[in-house]
Amino acid sequence: MQIVSNLAGLTLVIFSFILLLGLFLLKDRVKASFRDIPAFRKFDQAIGTAVEDGTGIHFSLGSSGITNPRTATSFAALSLMRHAAGFSAASDQAPIATSGDATLTILSQDNLRTAHYFAGAEQSYKANSGRLAGVTPFSYAAGVLAPIYDENISANVLVGGFGVEAGLLSDAAARKQSFTLAATDSIPAQAVLYASASEPLIGEELFASGAYLETGRAHLVSLYVQDVLRWLIVAALIGGAAMKLAGL
Amino acid sequence: MTRFISPLIAIVAGLLVLLGYFLPNNDLLGGLRAKFIEWAVILAAAALLVGILNLLTVHIKKISAKEKGSFYSLLLIISLLFTLFVGLFAGTDSSAMQDLFNAVILPVESSLLAIMVVTLIYAGIRLLRYRNDLMAFVFLITVLVIMLGAAPLPFVELPLVGSVIRPFIISVFSTSGARGILLGVALGTLLTGLRVLVGTDRPYGGK
Repeated sequence: MQIVSNLAGLTLVIFSFILLLGLFLLKDRVKASFRDIPAFRKFDQAIGTAVEDGTGIHFSLGSSGITNPRTATSFAALSLMRHAAGFSAASDQAPIATSGDATLTILSQDNLRTAHYFAGAEQSYKANSGRLAGVTPFSYAAGVLAPIYDENISANVLVGGFGVEAGLLSDAAARKQSFTLAATDSIPAQAVLYASASEPLIGEELFASGAYLETGRAHLVSLYVQDVLRWLIVAALIGGAAMKLAGL
Repeated sequence: MTRFISPLIAIVAGLLVLLGYFLPNNDLLGGLRAKFIEWAVILAAAALLVGILNLLTVHIKKISAKEKGSFYSLLLIISLLFTLFVGLFAGTDSSAMQDLFNAVILPVESSLLAIMVVTLIYAGIRLLRYRNDLMAFVFLITVLVIMLGAAPLPFVELPLVGSVIRPFIISVFSTSGARGILLGVALGTLLTGLRVLVGTDRPYGGK
């Protein structure tokens, strides 16, 4: 049974890879149109406002490091941060990133430095722009409250592997009346963020950020593949239910 | 040169670990997978030391610049060093460390969790200011129904809420919605992993 599920998993990965590669190679022939998610539009505006006002953007990347199953969420958060930091790197106040895992802190520093380099603002990069705020979920939340309240932040991006402690962060951001884009893979945390953040993303919208913010063609294609796979799963679920109904 | 080397290492290591996961009976791939994960854990432990140094640096700078909240930074550094010395000299399994955990970390984290309750009630009230739409109303009404169904109410018992409506919402709407979200997250995770494996996404930074 284990072999069958392993092979099914491997088949899904290979199929997704072929689809990803195929659509990527088709290049401009694939015209993807996605539904409007206002949070991303407002996020672009918030970056622009921050750059114009000389205020900072704070990225809170959560507590998922490289050694747990939620790593992909952190990778998606890093990708979003790198893209947005590229626009705000040359601002009067450089963007900062806080994380609850040391490996993620190092990755955030590396990504911030790269964003500054490509923005031609390498001299404004500071090593403490990427910070470890705490190593347990609530100590992390307590550590992140300080930059939200005390530093000149106009936009908070709470994207990554959070638990319900994210509610404390979004509440702090709301009290400071700053823009808050919030997304996570945890269902309880999504419920908390839906109630407390001004711009929450639900479910897989976190993984669609790259495509919506136009970070590259790979992100656009991967969102397209995601949609194709979702329809296949929907068909399989309906087919399974119909077969069960028919007594097969 | 590092522009090519780091993606190459990431892609090869990622592929070997992935194949080792799906083909566990292959001794070579299984062994490589175990070894790579072991290395990742060692690296993560070393990274923790770097992270602690980063934490110290940030707070020392805050104190020296006399920034707002620098007193708390001082408290943090003193607590960190105190805990480090207790751990080094008494041992991590010692009763002193257990006491520190039970008397400081546990109650503080529990208190933060308690604050969450107040925060969430306030957020619920504020929700309609952010989103004055149908979904926000549905969200709030669902929260109210679930809470009324779960809370022990004095003197009264609401008919059907606890026995029929709440279980129905949880077992049908909530479970199906959660499964849908989880499927979406799983697909997103798969595609993010694939992007890293083909080298189009480079979370490890680099120029």
